[in-house]
Amino acid sequence: MIPTVVLAQAGATNDFAEMVAEGLSLGSIYALLGMGLVIIFKATRVLNFAHGALTAAGAYLIAAFASIYDIPGRWIPGVAPWFSWTLSVILALIAAAFLGVLLERAFIRPMVGEEMFAVALVTLGVDIMLRGITNDFIGTDPRPLGDPFGTQILDLGWVTVAYSEVAQFFTAVVLVAGVALFFRSRTGIAMRATAFDQEAARAQGINVGRIFSIAWAIGAVLATVAGLFISIFPRRSAGVDTSTAFFVFRAFPVVIVGGLDSVVGAILGGFMIGFAESAAVSYLQFDFLGAGFGGIVPYIVMLIVLIVRPYGIFGTEEIRRV
Amino acid sequence: MLEVANLEVVYNDVVLVLRGISLEVPDGSIVALLGANGAGKTTTLRAIGGLLDVHEGDVTKGHVTFDGADITELDPSDRVKLGISQVLEGRRIFGELTVDENLAAGAYVNRDRKATSAAYDQVMTLFPRLAERRKATAGYLSGGEQQMLAIGRALMQSPKLLVLDEPSLGLAPLLVQQVRDIIVDVNKAGVSILLIEQNANMALSIADYGYIMETGKVVMDGDPQKLLKDEDVQEFYLGLHGDEGERKSFRDVKHYKRRKRWLS
Ligand SMILES: Nc1ncnc2c1ncn2[C@@H]1O[C@H](COP(=O)(O)OP(=O)(O)O)[C@@H](O)[C@H]1O
Ligand SMILES: [Mg+2]
Repeated sequence: MIPTVVLAQAGATNDFAEMVAEGLSLGSIYALLGMGLVIIFKATRVLNFAHGALTAAGAYLIAAFASIYDIPGRWIPGVAPWFSWTLSVILALIAAAFLGVLLERAFIRPMVGEEMFAVALVTLGVDIMLRGITNDFIGTDPRPLGDPFGTQILDLGWVTVAYSEVAQFFTAVVLVAGVALFFRSRTGIAMRATAFDQEAARAQGINVGRIFSIAWAIGAVLATVAGLFISIFPRRSAGVDTSTAFFVFRAFPVVIVGGLDSVVGAILGGFMIGFAESAAVSYLQFDFLGAGFGGIVPYIVMLIVLIVRPYGIFGTEEIRRV
Repeated sequence: MLEVANLEVVYNDVVLVLRGISLEVPDGSIVALLGANGAGKTTTLRAIGGLLDVHEGDVTKGHVTFDGADITELDPSDRVKLGISQVLEGRRIFGELTVDENLAAGAYVNRDRKATSAAYDQVMTLFPRLAERRKATAGYLSGGEQQMLAIGRALMQSPKLLVLDEPSLGLAPLLVQQVRDIIVDVNKAGVSILLIEQNANMALSIADYGYIMETGKVVMDGDPQKLLKDEDVQEFYLGLHGDEGERKSFRDVKHYKRRKRWLS
């Protein structure tokens, strides 16, 4: 595929730098997906198997706003492409947040109080449904997301990086910081309180239902940003397609490694697995394993971590003194 | 004023736990609600606070009114906004949050910044120990400190009525005294108190009125001094009479009393 060729050329300057760049890129996608999964799990105790469909639906929303229908750019004459694109992405993120809230209200809220396993199965059903709808919209060919980065390369002399990679890394850093700040806010504290003890949170007058919705909105927004990075040049693909939803399966090990209930774990786990995968692809070339070796690295890391720490690196057994 | 009138509560549609309980908490007073394990004290608190639903409990008869308004079916958050705050059995502090964050979570419905910071100052004055440990993770506080935090968290809502469910449970005698003094202080600041306890001595020593409940009903109520002197209460809640071997069940006494009442 074309992206791999570009990648090989970009990486020609320095193998190690290329490994780092790919690790950062993969790591930030994993971290975004992992954070979303953890936030939803922490707040609502739901393991969200619909996260993949959300990723693809979100990426499609960006494609629709930015590229297919050019909203709102088509109504603003002479607008700079990058500005118009940014507006489209913001609109798509808002739409994704509403989609998250809608799914939570329609399918998850009625399951409150049911077995965790039953609710997880419901999310699996939601995944199949949402993926089906999204795939109908996408069609057979990848839908480009219309990003302004193209194949532009930043040449730092010792290493060359794509504009999209720089944007991706900074976006990930900003979102991580944003999530950290959110958890210090009034709503964020209420969410952590709800995560720790739902009944006690309700006794304080915290509207737990609203907290659930907010968690799903945040999860959907993070999934959409991840979906964006999965769907652009030069590292990943030519656009959102019917395989985008499956990328999340590489991120489930992230939350198992980091600990299902730890946001910090999702971030560090994300980058840890991102780097492990990148390094394995760069340095471990086994003919008998073939080219798809990178894809199983997250699971290898997960197995190793689970042997050492069954509840993940940062997953806590409850801190509670009786 | 809080009024609970003829309240019946059923769990899982079958288990009748409250059988027409009635009680009142007049403004500014401390009212004690006593009873043995399983009597239905916590269920009464859930009915007052609006937390029956998570336990599959329903009010099937009677109602709860606060300042004249029927609140039987209100959401917990609306009840908190009306001025009813609760301290749950077993403290239930948010162990992964700091002391300050626990208090912030308590202030969730209190959107008025000035009122929140006034409540915060009040809590810090009332609990100097919490002031020292503001940044500490609440899960690592001692049992006594956690109880202080649970009460402080409720006070962040600037309540009119504070309902406490067994705040002395599992605390050393000295701490029980401390908790008792704090309840008196909070009450002096104008907050009505409904104090649910198994520790009758502690509760009746500060209450203006006392109720004793058993299997979902009030079996005795009145002036705390009168209750403290009552032989049955002494025997079953204060452990003053007889040794384990000759303890009759309170139910037997009740039977006996009921018979006596019929006879007279
Ligand atoms: N969620 C529930 N489902 C069914 N029964 C319950 C539930 N919670 C409490 N009970 C029962 O209700 C009775 C009263 O319990 P509770 O209100 O906790 O009493 P107390 O606080 O006085 O110890 C007990 O017999 C208890 O087993
Ligand atoms: Mg109880």
